[in-house]
Amino acid sequence: MTDRVTVGGVTVASKPVRALKGVVLALCCAAVIVPFAGIVSTSLATREQLTRDGGFVLWPDQVSFAAYAAILSGGVVTRATLVSLFVTAAGTALSMAATILLAYGLSRPRSVAHRPLLMVVLFALLFTPGIIPSYLVVKSLGLLDSYWALILPVAVNAFNVIVLRAFFLDLPREVIDGARIDGAGDLAILFRIVLPLSRAVLAVIGLFYAVAYWNAFFSALLYLNDTAKWPLQLVLRTYVVNQTQLGVDQLGAAGTALPPQEAIQMAILVLSIVPVLVVYPFVQRHFTKGVLLGAVKG
Amino acid sequence: MRWAGLSWWDRVRRDRILLLATLPGVGLLLTFHYLPWLGNVIAFKDYQPYVGILDSPWTGLANFRIIVSGDPAFLNALTNTLVITLLQVLIVFPAPIALALLLDSLMSERLKRAVQSILYLPHFLSWVIVVAIFMQLLGDGGLLNTFLRDHDLGTVSIVNNPDAFFALVTGQVLWKDAGWATILFLAALSRIDSTLYEASAVDGATRWRQLWHITLPALRSLIVLLLILRLGDALTVGFEQIVLQQAAVGADASEVLDTYVYNNGILAGDWGVSAAVGLVKGVVGLLLVLGANRLAHRFGEQGVYQR
Repeated sequence: MTDRVTVGGVTVASKPVRALKGVVLALCCAAVIVPFAGIVSTSLATREQLTRDGGFVLWPDQVSFAAYAAILSGGVVTRATLVSLFVTAAGTALSMAATILLAYGLSRPRSVAHRPLLMVVLFALLFTPGIIPSYLVVKSLGLLDSYWALILPVAVNAFNVIVLRAFFLDLPREVIDGARIDGAGDLAILFRIVLPLSRAVLAVIGLFYAVAYWNAFFSALLYLNDTAKWPLQLVLRTYVVNQTQLGVDQLGAAGTALPPQEAIQMAILVLSIVPVLVVYPFVQRHFTKGVLLGAVKG
Repeated sequence: MRWAGLSWWDRVRRDRILLLATLPGVGLLLTFHYLPWLGNVIAFKDYQPYVGILDSPWTGLANFRIIVSGDPAFLNALTNTLVITLLQVLIVFPAPIALALLLDSLMSERLKRAVQSILYLPHFLSWVIVVAIFMQLLGDGGLLNTFLRDHDLGTVSIVNNPDAFFALVTGQVLWKDAGWATILFLAALSRIDSTLYEASAVDGATRWRQLWHITLPALRSLIVLLLILRLGDALTVGFEQIVLQQAAVGADASEVLDTYVYNNGILAGDWGVSAAVGLVKGVVGLLLVLGANRLAHRFGEQGVYQR
C-alpha cells in the first residue's frame, strides 16, 4: 500500500514496521532457499564431511561429483530419468495439441454445437472421477503397464482449455475477420494468426502440463506394476523417501567404491528438480497471464 | 453467425474445421472423465476383478452400509479428512493473503519480482520431492535434529510422529503452495484504484482503516470464489502427499477418505465398498460446491458461475 500513497506522508509505514516486513519476507525466502542449498551441497559433499556433520550439510568443504557419476552411469536412476523425459515430452506434445485444438474449436461462441461441447469441458472441471472408476477404465482399455496410462487420462486439463479459450476469445476480432475476408480458412487462421499471438500463454500452459507429467507419482504407482518401467518420481520415493539402500546392482557400471548414500539420494533429488529449474525462469514472467485469464473469465 | 437462416446441416458444414478440432480433446474427456462414472456401478455390486463388471452380482445398497454403520476405519478416515481440511481453511487459506499484502507493500519492483520468483518455486516441485525435503530438514537424521544433538538439546520426532502428522502435513502445504497462491491476490491488489488510498489518506485514514475499508473489500469476491472452490474439495486432502507418508506414521493418524478408497479397494481388494465411499465423496463434493455457490449468490457475490 505504501508505494501508492504519497500524500503528506501520512501512510508511509514507520521504520519498525518496515523492518518487521523485511524480516518476515526474508525468512519466507530463506525457507525456500536453505533447503535447496542443503540438497545441492549434500549431493556434492564427501564421505568425511557427511560423517562429521550428520546426513545433511549446508555447504560442502570439498566438491565431489561422484554421486552424479554413480547415478548417471546406466543403472536404475538413469533409466527412470529417460522414462520421465519421454513421458514428459510425449505427454506435453499430445496435451498441447489436444488443448489448442479444443480451445480453438470452442473459441467462436456462435458455431454449431458450441454450448454442449463447452459444457463437456466445464463439467469435467466439477466432476473429478474417483480413483477406482478411473482405474477400471484404464484397465479395461488394456493400458495397465503401458506408458499411455500415464498420459491419456490426464492429457486434457479442462482448466487449461478454459484459460486458453478465454485468451483466444480476447484476441482482436478485426485481425481474424480481415484474414477471413482475404480467404484464409479456419486452420490457416489458427496457425498464422491465433497461435503466433498466443505464445506467452502457450508457454505457461506448456509448463503446467510438462511439470504435471514430470511430477506425476501416483498414476505410475497405480498403473505400472512393472518396476522396470518406473519413472523418476517412483525411484525417488523408493530410494529417498523410503530410504531403501542403493547398491552396485541398482547403479549399473559404477566402480567398487560407492559414494555415500546421502550424497546419492540428494543427487537424485537434484536430478529431479533441475529440469523444472531450467524451464522456470523463461516462463515465470508470463505466469500472471496464464493463471489469471482463467480465474477472471472462467 | 451472420447467416442466421442456415439449416443445421449447413452450419455443420460451415464449422466443420472447428468441430473436428474439438474431437480429440472431447474424446479424451469423455473417455477419462465421463466414462469412469459408469464404473461406479460396482458400488452397487459385489465386484470381483476376474468375473468382470457386468457379471458380478448386484448387491443393492449393501456396500453403502459402511458409511452409516459407524465402521471405525471409515470414521477414522472421515475424521482425519475433516480435521485436515479445517486446518487448511484456517491456516493455509489466509496465509497467501497476508503474504500478498506484504509483497504488495514492497517499494522496489525488482525486489518484489525476485521475492515472487523464489516463493513461487516450491509449487512446481512434486510431492515426492517436498516430502523428501521435509525429511532432510526435520527427520531424525535431518538438519534440525543434527543441530539439536550437536548442542546437547535432545531431539524432536516430527516426521515419524503420529501426533505431529496434522501439523507436518499443514506445514508442507504451506511451504509448497502459500507463495504460489499469492499470484491471484497480487493481481487483485494491483487493480485497486490508487486514488482511493490517496483520498482516504487526505481524510486522515490510518493504514489499518485503509486495509479494512479499501483493500479487503477489493479482495472479497476473490476470497469468496476461492473459498467456494476449497469447500468443494473439503473431502479431498493431499492424496499423493499422504500416501507417501503413511508408512512412517500409520493409518490411525494418516488415513483420509482417498487413501481409504485406495488402500481398502485397490490394494486390499474390497472394490465395491471403496467405490461406494468414493461415489458418495464425489457427490457430496459436488453438492458442497453448488450449495456454497448459491450461498454466495444470496450474499450478492458472483461465485463460480452465474445464473
